[in-house]
Amino acid sequence: MIKNISNLGDAALYCDFGVEVNKQINSEVIKYFNTIKEKNIEGINNLTPSYNKLIISFDLRITNFREIKDRIEKLDVRQTLKTNNKKLEIPVCCDSSFSLDIERLEKKLNLTKEKILENFFSKDFFCYMTGFIAGMPFLGDLDQNMRAQRLETPRVKVPKGSVGITEQFADIYTFESPGGWNIIGNTPIEVFDSSKEIDPNLINPGDTVKFKQITLEEYKNYNE
Amino acid sequence: MNKNYFEIIRAGVNTTFQDKGRNNLYHIGIPFSGAMDYRNYLLANKLVGNKLDLPVIEFAYQGPLLKYNGDKINIAITGEVIFKLKKRDNEIQGNCYESYLIEDGDEIDILSTNKSVYGYLAISGEFDLKLQWGSCSINTKANIGSNDGKKLENKQEIHISKINLKQEKKKADYLNSKVENIRVIRGTNFDYFSEEGKKIFFEKDFMVSKLSDRMGMRLEGPKIENIVNTNIKSEGLLKGVIQVPADGNPIIMLSDHGTIGGYPKIGVVASVDYDRLVQISPGSKIKFKEIELPDAETLFKLYEMETQNLLSQI
Repeated sequence: MIKNISNLGDAALYCDFGVEVNKQINSEVIKYFNTIKEKNIEGINNLTPSYNKLIISFDLRITNFREIKDRIEKLDVRQTLKTNNKKLEIPVCCDSSFSLDIERLEKKLNLTKEKILENFFSKDFFCYMTGFIAGMPFLGDLDQNMRAQRLETPRVKVPKGSVGITEQFADIYTFESPGGWNIIGNTPIEVFDSSKEIDPNLINPGDTVKFKQITLEEYKNYNE
Repeated sequence: MNKNYFEIIRAGVNTTFQDKGRNNLYHIGIPFSGAMDYRNYLLANKLVGNKLDLPVIEFAYQGPLLKYNGDKINIAITGEVIFKLKKRDNEIQGNCYESYLIEDGDEIDILSTNKSVYGYLAISGEFDLKLQWGSCSINTKANIGSNDGKKLENKQEIHISKINLKQEKKKADYLNSKVENIRVIRGTNFDYFSEEGKKIFFEKDFMVSKLSDRMGMRLEGPKIENIVNTNIKSEGLLKGVIQVPADGNPIIMLSDHGTIGGYPKIGVVASVDYDRLVQISPGSKIKFKEIELPDAETLFKLYEMETQNLLSQI
């Protein structure tokens, strides 16, 4: 359920689902997101679901905060929506040329490289949201002993395909971008395909992701 | 039929194709993009007799030098732009908000956007462009849009697929207004900041940093102190949102912004002032003034009426 609706500027609704980050709250966010998307409400021009918030942007030429708030409050979201969540396996190579922050992480977490990777590759990750840059999945949750802060000084360029962790989350850089996550490996897979106008994202909110470690040899041959 | 095209002799600093942008893609990480200064974008299309949502060329600071090859065509430039038209036997100083007929061999030399940032060039016809998600708008950070999502380069050609049959001289009487104050609605994390920090935000001058682009405008000035947490759980962003990271310097999200961010939101620029905000150039001063939601809505309505009025007079 939405706990509170406020305005974010004059052209968006800020729907707060609670302070915590967990699958249950996130599923509520996604349920609302899917329902509103299906209803095609006039004036709404964007929806941004995240861990525990949903931002609804609208065209101020067509509608306003009060009208959209009213529509959302009266929305019937009880109906069960068809979910087509996928289970995906993502290959990741942790060769030292890719695992840019592994030594830093060994110190931060006080764990050996082997332990860090063992923990990372044994997890099933849940996709909470996609964004920041096109197609970037935000995945969780890492165990308590695997949670590290962002780099103090973010990188100006994180290589495309980099797999990073911070706090309880993991992400994949779908193209070269600035960023501050701790990079542990790289995937040869295209996680965002801009040539596809429908479903350009490989990983979508609600999907389950399991990472599979591959060798440098396998990485190099992956797209051949 | 002749081939009609521009040859780019000098591409300029940041020359891209833009239109109204893309909707309904935030959830996969793709922002609106589109022309930064929407009013000047609409005016450019209207001055050449186009449908208002057609692609135009957007440039920043120093614009392109273009040589035209082909059949006669009208062009119009909007913004605060200094440009010259070089004809076979004469050279004229161009005026913004006025259409000009150009012929084979003519050159358009867009020297500068003066003390503003963005300007627009429209042609009386259509550029030959591949759209992505229904829009030509180039987002160079994500490589999305026409021209493979890259800005225009020297020696490239810009092809024209269609020239309007009617080439009519048009003019508008318009002056871009200068704003000193940018009106802002309180953000969802306004109370993360100290009383002193909030006061500074609405009372002091900030300077627009050189590190500003279509993604965001960075500001420098007195630091805004956070007393709660310098990070929030990552959530959606919008154009106009003002985030304050740990260093206390505000960043305003602009049209090509990342769709998700984790810094506290101190405020959001009112829609009425967005077109003017993006035109404030690096090194200039900016000051925020607080307004309430109902006032922001009314002011936007008036601004929109004024835009429609301007368009109907062309």
